[in-house]
Amino acid sequence: MSDFSGAMDTFYAEANDLLAVMEEELIGYDNSVDQKESLNSVFRAAHTIKGSSGIFGLNHIVDFTHVVENLLDIARDGKVNVEHKLISLLLKCRDHIEILVHTEEADFKNNDELIKQGKSLHQSLLTFIDDETVTNDVLAKQSESPNNKQQVKSGLWHISIRLNQDCLRNGMDPVSFIRFLSTLGHIHKIETISENLPDFDNYDPESLYLVYQLTLDAEVSQETIEDAFMFVEESSDIRIVPPNSDVSEYLSLIKNSPEDESMLGQLLVSCGAITESELFEALSVQSDAIENGDIDLKLGEILTEKNNISSNLVDGVLNQQKEIRKKSNIKESNFIRVDSERLDLLINLIGELVINSQRIDLISERLKDASLNEAVESLENFTEEIRDAALDLRMVPIGATFQRFKRVVRDTAEALDKDINLIIEGAEAELDRLMVEKLVDPLTHIVRNAIDHGIESSEVRLEKNKPAKGILKLSAYHEAGHIVIEVSDDGKGLDSDKLIKKAIAKGIINEKDSISTQEVNQLIFHPGFSTAENVTDLSGRGVGMDVVKRNVEGLQGSIEIESKPNKGTTFRIRLPLTLAIIDGFYVESENTNFIIPQATIVECMDFEQHKSIDNRHCINLRGDMIPFIRLKEIFKLKNRVKTEDEVLLSNHREKLVIVQFGDNMAGILVDELNGEIQTVVKPMGQIFQLLKGIGGSTLLGNGDIAFILDVPQLIEVATDRENKQHREREKSSER
Amino acid sequence: MQSHEQEKNQVEPDKRQFLTFCLGSEFFGLELHQTREILEYKGVTPVPLMPAFICGVINLRGEVVPIIDLALRLGRPAITLHRRSCIVVVEIEVDGNQVVLGLLADSVSEVIEINNNEVEEAPAFGAKIKAEFILGIAKKNDEFIILLNADKALSPRELAYLIEAEFE
Repeated sequence: MSDFSGAMDTFYAEANDLLAVMEEELIGYDNSVDQKESLNSVFRAAHTIKGSSGIFGLNHIVDFTHVVENLLDIARDGKVNVEHKLISLLLKCRDHIEILVHTEEADFKNNDELIKQGKSLHQSLLTFIDDETVTNDVLAKQSESPNNKQQVKSGLWHISIRLNQDCLRNGMDPVSFIRFLSTLGHIHKIETISENLPDFDNYDPESLYLVYQLTLDAEVSQETIEDAFMFVEESSDIRIVPPNSDVSEYLSLIKNSPEDESMLGQLLVSCGAITESELFEALSVQSDAIENGDIDLKLGEILTEKNNISSNLVDGVLNQQKEIRKKSNIKESNFIRVDSERLDLLINLIGELVINSQRIDLISERLKDASLNEAVESLENFTEEIRDAALDLRMVPIGATFQRFKRVVRDTAEALDKDINLIIEGAEAELDRLMVEKLVDPLTHIVRNAIDHGIESSEVRLEKNKPAKGILKLSAYHEAGHIVIEVSDDGKGLDSDKLIKKAIAKGIINEKDSISTQEVNQLIFHPGFSTAENVTDLSGRGVGMDVVKRNVEGLQGSIEIESKPNKGTTFRIRLPLTLAIIDGFYVESENTNFIIPQATIVECMDFEQHKSIDNRHCINLRGDMIPFIRLKEIFKLKNRVKTEDEVLLSNHREKLVIVQFGDNMAGILVDELNGEIQTVVKPMGQIFQLLKGIGGSTLLGNGDIAFILDVPQLIEVATDRENKQHREREKSSER
Repeated sequence: MQSHEQEKNQVEPDKRQFLTFCLGSEFFGLELHQTREILEYKGVTPVPLMPAFICGVINLRGEVVPIIDLALRLGRPAITLHRRSCIVVVEIEVDGNQVVLGLLADSVSEVIEINNNEVEEAPAFGAKIKAEFILGIAKKNDEFIILLNADKALSPRELAYLIEAEFE
């Protein structure tokens, strides 16, 4: 069944969501306001994973999850003391389930290590139950024997499966239910009712017309069988008649089926559910009853009446089903899952659309046809809207990424025996999904570093009059077309003396160099700085802070550090919201094309020499002193030999673009301002990764290449260069 | 990597095709399957601050492709541009990603087929090229052709390091 693989995808997606819920609830358990509800959520998640794994016949998941679920169940009843250690163990179990979900059953059977791991986890779970009877209870449940309330005698179950016509379209295969039932016991006989099959012209191959009647030989509780059908559509009709039931129940089943009575009766007989004489007898009883005006009872009513199934239990199961359905319905109605590759393809195509529409714009300008110009203009507006809408599709809140760090923080803190409170702020801030993925590694590194090297142990903290519990804060906010992500701790801060000493020892800086605090902090990003001795097994998988910086810069971002001794350290990462298509401003300098990201631009003006302050590269802008950069100087653009015309125009003024980045303002001096342009970012590739100040390239409408300026990097380069000059000057004056 | 190369030699039939081209007075060969097309040398946008062996970038049907002066890269004098100068577009695989690069060449001559047993190992010295950049040396029409290992000689990581060195 081709739809089956689609259903598997849904299963994986759903399992991942549920595992995420488990993780979140378990990690948040200690601080949870309603711990009971947290446990309930974890239980529900485990239960649902087990249930859906069962439908797909993934027994290795069912077997493991079952024990976890049972422990959670008795924990819900308060029979187990839920302590920190148990939560840790449950987290490990969650991880194990995650591995199982992503392991094919066949592979699992050959993976002794995984099996062993599962067993030892089971053993550990059992040690948390001190009451022997409870232990037995858990184990008993594991062997799938029913709880005593609904103990049934051996005999044949009769099950009628009438699924919703659309179920195949929704990826549900009736065969999978039958397969699951066969794991509960032996399927005695199956009869298929094909009476509903329409004639050929009306036949829809994607609809299900078949009804199954089967008898099952299994020593299980009714609940177990009902659970198997937990995920069928609401409109499906599943009827379960327990073994040795009164004939009237079969009658009711016949009565409530749309099929021909006598035929269904025959089916029941052929299934072995009842004998012919019983049927005959029953049918006559039934007609009597109808004659006497008795109401025919519904199966459910009969079931509850006869079997004394505690109605609480039934209600419980029903409510649970409803709740799960409600949750998934909300999701389904508002969200659809789309393969991210399709989204990326769409955005790439729109990138090409943007470039082409610019080309058309250029041509239409040349043709000077008013109506063409008008049409092209509106085309361009729409292109812009489509671009924004498409990029918006790929925006995700950063919250989900932050959530992951709860686990990182918990594990790291535990391993280092530190007590840490993680605070998350601004989880709703959005950025491009592609960026998020590339951000996880550098963030993980910073977070681990903060816990390992930043936050002190409880004893030390108490000595310093700090609260024993360290605080690690992850926050995000938007600022001028960028997203700012901060990781701050309240630890000991960077020790600048130590940093300087180490840097001198490593030959990164000179003893005589005078460097600013920010420069000192930046030292930790120096490639030669992080060495084996400060890369503990935790705070680095062989990755140094220089790699963190490189990663961030690879995303056109920047990273800065703010640190106060004994107050803590803050890492501030600034990133553009997207890397795909941006609004740019097209400028020229020495015939080289540049794009300045619009989000950084404050204003543009003619550059008036007299306003610049003497020999400094600064201008006075309404009372503020603003430093400026001349593009042709910083990029060492070659001066062309000027033509006569150009010499005549040599009083041609340079233009100044004022940009802002964080708290910094700066001016960029260019030759020409050519106006706004939608910029499709084409990465420059690994070869150019060291080219500071240029973050990428783009194609202009005429096919020319322009370089996209990375404003923060540009400012950094200018600052570095000036500092270097200062130093050299100082050195030469010393001599 | 080495063993991978040997494997290739064993698995593939004994003949391989190479595109040959001139740099100055020397002949070089690149495995044909790694070359994509040959372009006229034009429309190269210089990239600021780059060392001389990076000629710049071109717009290759919507893709921004870096152009490298292979002669400079291999420690030879830079190529003087003339009418027949051209760009050989090569495609190499790095860490599972396709990387497209353009090589500046004096002229492209022909595609030749070389038997594996005709390929001699590069001399330990004298070629003035790092040994790992060379697959081997072949002889055709009394000319020695240096068969290049494009994956090594054009590795973006390697090129980035070279640029870094130039910066400092």
